Amino acid sequence: MNKQLFFGALAAAGMLAGFASAGTLDDVKARGELNCGVTTGLVGFAAPDANGQWTGFDVSFCRAVAAAVLGDPTKVKFVPTTGQTRFTALASGEVDLLARNTTWTFSRDVDLKFTFLGVNYYDGQGFLVHKDLGVTSAKELDGATICIQTGTTTELNLAEYFKVNNMSYKPVAIETNAEGEQQYSAGACDAYTTDASGLAATRAAFADPENHIILPEIISKEPLAPLVRHGDDQWADIGRWTLNALIAAEEFGITSANADELAKGTENPEINRILGTEGDLGAMFGLDPQWALRAIKAGGNYGEIFAANIGESTPIGLARGLNAQWTQGGLLYSPPFR
Amino acid sequence: MSGLHADSTRFVRDTMLAEQEPPLTERGAVKWARENLFSGPLNTFLTVVGVFALYLILKGLGPWLLHSVWFANSAAECRETVAADFGPGATGACWGVVRERWAQYFYGFYPSEAYWRVNLAFVLLFVALAPILFAGVPRKVLWFTAFYPVTALFLLWGGSIWVPVVIMAGIAFGWVAFRLLGPFAGALIAAIAAGLVPVLWWLILAAPVAHLIEGWIPLGIEAIPSAKFGGFLLSFTIGVTGIAFSLPLGIVLALGRQSDMPLVKMLSVGFIEFIRGVPLITLLFTASLLLNYFLPPGTNFDIILRVIIMVTLFSAAYIAEVIRGGLAALPRGQYEAADALGLDYWKAQQLIIMPQALKISIPGIVSSFIGLFKDTTLVIFVGLLDPLKGITDAIRGSFEWKGVYWEPFIFPGLIFFLICFGMSRYSMYLENKLKRGQR
Repeated sequence: MNKQLFFGALAAAGMLAGFASAGTLDDVKARGELNCGVTTGLVGFAAPDANGQWTGFDVSFCRAVAAAVLGDPTKVKFVPTTGQTRFTALASGEVDLLARNTTWTFSRDVDLKFTFLGVNYYDGQGFLVHKDLGVTSAKELDGATICIQTGTTTELNLAEYFKVNNMSYKPVAIETNAEGEQQYSAGACDAYTTDASGLAATRAAFADPENHIILPEIISKEPLAPLVRHGDDQWADIGRWTLNALIAAEEFGITSANADELAKGTENPEINRILGTEGDLGAMFGLDPQWALRAIKAGGNYGEIFAANIGESTPIGLARGLNAQWTQGGLLYSPPFR
Repeated sequence: MSGLHADSTRFVRDTMLAEQEPPLTERGAVKWARENLFSGPLNTFLTVVGVFALYLILKGLGPWLLHSVWFANSAAECRETVAADFGPGATGACWGVVRERWAQYFYGFYPSEAYWRVNLAFVLLFVALAPILFAGVPRKVLWFTAFYPVTALFLLWGGSIWVPVVIMAGIAFGWVAFRLLGPFAGALIAAIAAGLVPVLWWLILAAPVAHLIEGWIPLGIEAIPSAKFGGFLLSFTIGVTGIAFSLPLGIVLALGRQSDMPLVKMLSVGFIEFIRGVPLITLLFTASLLLNYFLPPGTNFDIILRVIIMVTLFSAAYIAEVIRGGLAALPRGQYEAADALGLDYWKAQQLIIMPQALKISIPGIVSSFIGLFKDTTLVIFVGLLDPLKGITDAIRGSFEWKGVYWEPFIFPGLIFFLICFGMSRYSMYLENKLKRGQR
């Protein structure tokens, strides 16, 4: 009898402990490690290298958050997730943060009960075609065979686009990106469609990139955004403002190289507030004043992260386009740090 | 000379004719081909079609394999090397990806300075298996086999040495309970206690005790979390553990299904039919995702352990049915003979029924094992990096190896083939050995 009581008390205590530590920030701090959901491998965005070190655009965001929260960009456990497991992994608490080039949509935000932290990459669906097909616009693809990944939003976008433009197409169903490239280069389809960033990487990896063109039409909006669970606004704020800090850092010219220098104090009060030399913004969500400084030093500001992983100096060679600062004609616009 | 026999007949052979070669069409390769390849219109037609298909495969694959590149650090470098050596437009296999990333195929993201632990565990696996697989090995090695699971656990995951010691202590306590209770309380209660004591020990006391001893005498090696496991290390960990535990569990389930006790029978039938009616992927999803909702938050229930449990249960249900087939194939007389000898249920199973039933079931059991081992690649769906797709996706995720398509399938495929072929050969060896002197 006593034993039963003991077990009951133990279980209850466990449950209470579980509910008591509902704050993700406290959990992460107690664990000393950020669990970050990433893809199982996508060129430029997240992939382990030969030594097992994860690198990429999404990976850099995870590292920035870890630096802000834990003070060390290496304190991240990368959890590879598939298209099927990513949302459950986040909802069940297996990961604290999902940075897995996930498109921000109404139903994912509202129905699946996630909070998107802001767009870190503006993508869109495009077409890759053989140059000798003689096609220069997606509008000329009437009757073409198109390789398309099944079960994705790209499949729906494609159907909608062709329907709206009164054209027909023959779909060739493929399972993975690698299979799509294989089918396309083997000539099984005239065009391959997926996110434009993926197409650029695919084209760059071909033996003859000059024989393939990416058509100018972008037929969908794919704002890729990191996300967290609904219901923990403090944690969501930390993620959102880490992203904003990276974007604002580029706008104000704070780089990983000069951040320490600028942190000694500048004429610009906004830079001072970001780097924690003026005011104490970090304390408002439970972090120290230097949180943003560490996030920026982890992998550089947004522009540096972009250039290092997917920018024009990398083999993938993506132009900034929509992902330029608002002052440069892009869409990146961080709210003020005040 | 007249009157002699030789005159009256024109010729008499007085020596044997030397043996002649058979006609050209009845010997050697020609005969073999006539009998096996061109024995009728249909066979001739099939032979021609077969040869043509073979030619097409070789024509497509031959140059590609002949132009293999081993020393290259990226797919682009492979293409350049092939173009430089065999002219533009030539295609060649790019094994540079295997050369550069083989360690990830075998060890996943296990720290390279700790590879020796995996290698040692792998070698010891065969030492532990030897007395089970081959009769010629000294029986004393079985003691090592008994300790192998905890040894491997310690080697692979590391951490404090007291964890495996405490786990083994649980089994020892179970044995002590069995011995102490046996004389007083009867075999059944002693057996239940022998099962219950270790479980209670592991669930409640094991962790604090291990922690306590660790506090007094810290002893151990670097702990390596499950997230670092991948590739064939992961496949072997899941496959070997699943195989080892699903066979006994399958035997128990098969016996349970044949039991006269309604509760035992119902539970066994329900379990077997449920598991066999559900795809493995569903079980894996349950293990990786649903359990997280059920368990209290903060519970860290290792993902590999969860997957192993699911794979074991899945395989056990199939093995139970295979063994049930073996049991059904035994003539009724064998059961009656056991009864006539006055053997009780367990003795009869141990001495008469199971040895025969298992012998009949060997091909089916090994098929299940091969299936289980190959099914370990499905763990990619719960985010574990299996050698076939998980590691390959990760490798293709770096720009150097993007666009390498067939090689990362062929390499793990070959290794899987070797292992599965080995298992199948062993099963044939075992069948032949057991056939000797029987019926």
